[in-house]
Amino acid sequence: MQRRNFLKGSIATSALLVAASAGVLVPKTVLAAWPKDAFAQKSIADGMSKLYGSSAASDVGEDKIKIKAPDIAENGAVVPVTVTVKGIDKVENISIFAGNNATPLAASFQLSEGTLPVVATRIKMGKTANIVAIAHANGKSYRAKKEVKITIGGCGG
Amino acid sequence: MAKSIRVRAKVKGDKTEVKTLISHPMETGFRKDKKTGKKIPAHYIQEVRCEHKGKPVLVANWGVSVSKNPYLSFKFKGGASGDSLKISWVDNMGKSDSTEVKIK
Repeated sequence: MQRRNFLKGSIATSALLVAASAGVLVPKTVLAAWPKDAFAQKSIADGMSKLYGSSAASDVGEDKIKIKAPDIAENGAVVPVTVTVKGIDKVENISIFAGNNATPLAASFQLSEGTLPVVATRIKMGKTANIVAIAHANGKSYRAKKEVKITIGGCGG
Repeated sequence: MAKSIRVRAKVKGDKTEVKTLISHPMETGFRKDKKTGKKIPAHYIQEVRCEHKGKPVLVANWGVSVSKNPYLSFKFKGGASGDSLKISWVDNMGKSDSTEVKIK
């Protein structure tokens, strides 16, 4: 019953959000509501489109976006990931996707001016996959990836 | 439940390094209870907000793929020892918590 109520509530809220954003195109960089749509997408490209308005990104090397994560993770439930962006000015957002997860978008960080483009967190990964990190700056997306092999999955029980 | 957040913020040169650990189940909604076979409802943090002297420095939007008892660290410029830093989170069930610390 509680779950039912919760679902109803969230549907009502999302309807409100749609109504609010229908008139004006809200810039994505505004520190605003949780991007429900982006987190619901089943592919990285769709997630990016919802998040940044486009799935286009230029691939960059380790010198620009460095993803620090284990090559082999024994436990997929806890995969430490650090994303460090270098040489790209005014990074507004950094997002982390786990390629093989049911909903790949794991985390999206909105940075303010003065916040360094370095974030670290821990994510769950169901299967061996590429971790894709996107740095968004000046309306452009930059992409880097790193494969992490998972020996025990972190989704499901 | 004000004690779900542990924060350590330290000044190093012109940068402040913030490390945060939050106690939260981060339930995906895909898992089943082994005894009853029923699905465990999703319960996860959606937004973590970090404010330095009332000004946001980082907003993290999270999905179900973030690990249980999430860890977050980041760095920002302009912080000084003794400044206040506020960290707060909201989850998909509308629960929330916040804490305020002084930068070391």
